[in-house]
Amino acid sequence: MKITVAALTEPGSTVVNKTGGWRTFVPVVNHRRCIKCSLCEIYCPEGCIHQIEGLFVPDLDYCKGCGVCAHECPRKAIDMVLEEK
Amino acid sequence: MIAKEEMSLKERMARMKVVEGSYAVAHAVKCCAPDVISAYPITPQTHIVEHLSQFVADGELDSEFLTVDSEFSAMSSLVGASAAGARCYSSTTSQGLALMWEVLYNAAGMRLPIVMTVANRALSAPLNIWNDQQDSVGARDSGWIQLYAEDVQEAADAIPQAYKIAEDPEILTPVMVCMDGFILTHVYEPVELMSAEEVERFLPPYRPEHILDPNNPKTFGAFADPSYFTELRYMQWDAHRRALNKIETVAREFAEQFGRWYGGLIDTYHADDAEVMIVTMGSVIGTIKDCIDMMRSEGLKVGLVKIRSYRPFPTEALRKALKDAEVVAVIEKDVTVGNEGALLTDLKAALYNTPARVPVIGFPAGLGGRDITVRDIRRVVDKAIAARDRGIEAEMEFLSLREDLL
Repeated sequence: MKITVAALTEPGSTVVNKTGGWRTFVPVVNHRRCIKCSLCEIYCPEGCIHQIEGLFVPDLDYCKGCGVCAHECPRKAIDMVLEEK
Repeated sequence: MIAKEEMSLKERMARMKVVEGSYAVAHAVKCCAPDVISAYPITPQTHIVEHLSQFVADGELDSEFLTVDSEFSAMSSLVGASAAGARCYSSTTSQGLALMWEVLYNAAGMRLPIVMTVANRALSAPLNIWNDQQDSVGARDSGWIQLYAEDVQEAADAIPQAYKIAEDPEILTPVMVCMDGFILTHVYEPVELMSAEEVERFLPPYRPEHILDPNNPKTFGAFADPSYFTELRYMQWDAHRRALNKIETVAREFAEQFGRWYGGLIDTYHADDAEVMIVTMGSVIGTIKDCIDMMRSEGLKVGLVKIRSYRPFPTEALRKALKDAEVVAVIEKDVTVGNEGALLTDLKAALYNTPARVPVIGFPAGLGGRDITVRDIRRVVDKAIAARDRGIEAEMEFLSLREDLL
């Protein structure tokens, strides 16, 4: 979204404003270990892990890299990896 | 450079009234018809808002006058009002401005065209109510445009100009009009008071593009993460760059209509052939001009550059004005503790990358209301000549320090 002079946004602007830009670590899901318990989706404070075709996938446009999903995963299926930019 | 409007000097003299500086400013504000005025009284600013509140009470001015519980609230309420599309005014000084600090950045960052008079006064401690410019100079990085007035007429005339600059859709930046506390706010001078009709012709009504509107909801000053913040700062910085031209243009338009010219970004006095240049801002300029007249009659080639716009800093204009000088002396009513005078630093930075790098020395003076006398200015010129002839001994020196107290 092109920002305007007065730094203001339309309602619902986070649809176009991606808030995941300041992440250091990125969650990488090992889908083979995943037992589909959905705890990562439940615990994600940004609500940005979605079930897509049966797989739990973080939406990296909004993921802040907090690592809560990796911490909660009972199968240790999620690794927090230093993100290269 | 001046005078179109067909009005003889005699007619203009007839329009002049001897009024207090604060009244002249309040009158100018009245002519601009702000929708909301919000202020907290603090010496020496109080009279300005007292007059305004009187105008509102007498029904002469149709504005919402908010009496708030602090300067922080004053500016906060104006941020809200301005975002809702109102033309807003406030005034403050010293500790009051310091209390507004946080909101100054908000107003500038949200690009709200608020106009505020700062009646310059020293900052505590020790507590001092008299004039210097430490307060507004300290706020120089807040994103506000800062115009400094030399006399009462200029302080009053700067108000409609400030609105015109601030409300330009290309600029949208709040403006501080700085006038020296007591020296200008409490002095009685003959002032040509403008009329509301004249100002109406000069200043178009405020038609904001972005306002708080329930039918078209928007957020002001929203959270911006690292992927946006830099660009927003850049746009603010860029608006200041555009303001360089705008301030000049508006000053010229004002001169064409009202016949009064104070310079655009800077003004000069006897600068063409000057070997020694004094750079300063504010009310001390009057004294310096008199002093220059005296020194010129003795054959000393002294000139003056008056800074009218301190933010945006008129780098190019200063380079041009000072390129033939042999030495430059900065007199300023502030000091950066731990370094030197703020204007001295800015000026040196402006000249550093130019081929004609003249020696620049600086003098904090008139701090906490101490008079800057003709003798002081002569001493500055003597020191400047010595620096030119024998090299710089001290880049910065407090003017007329009382050795008996140290």
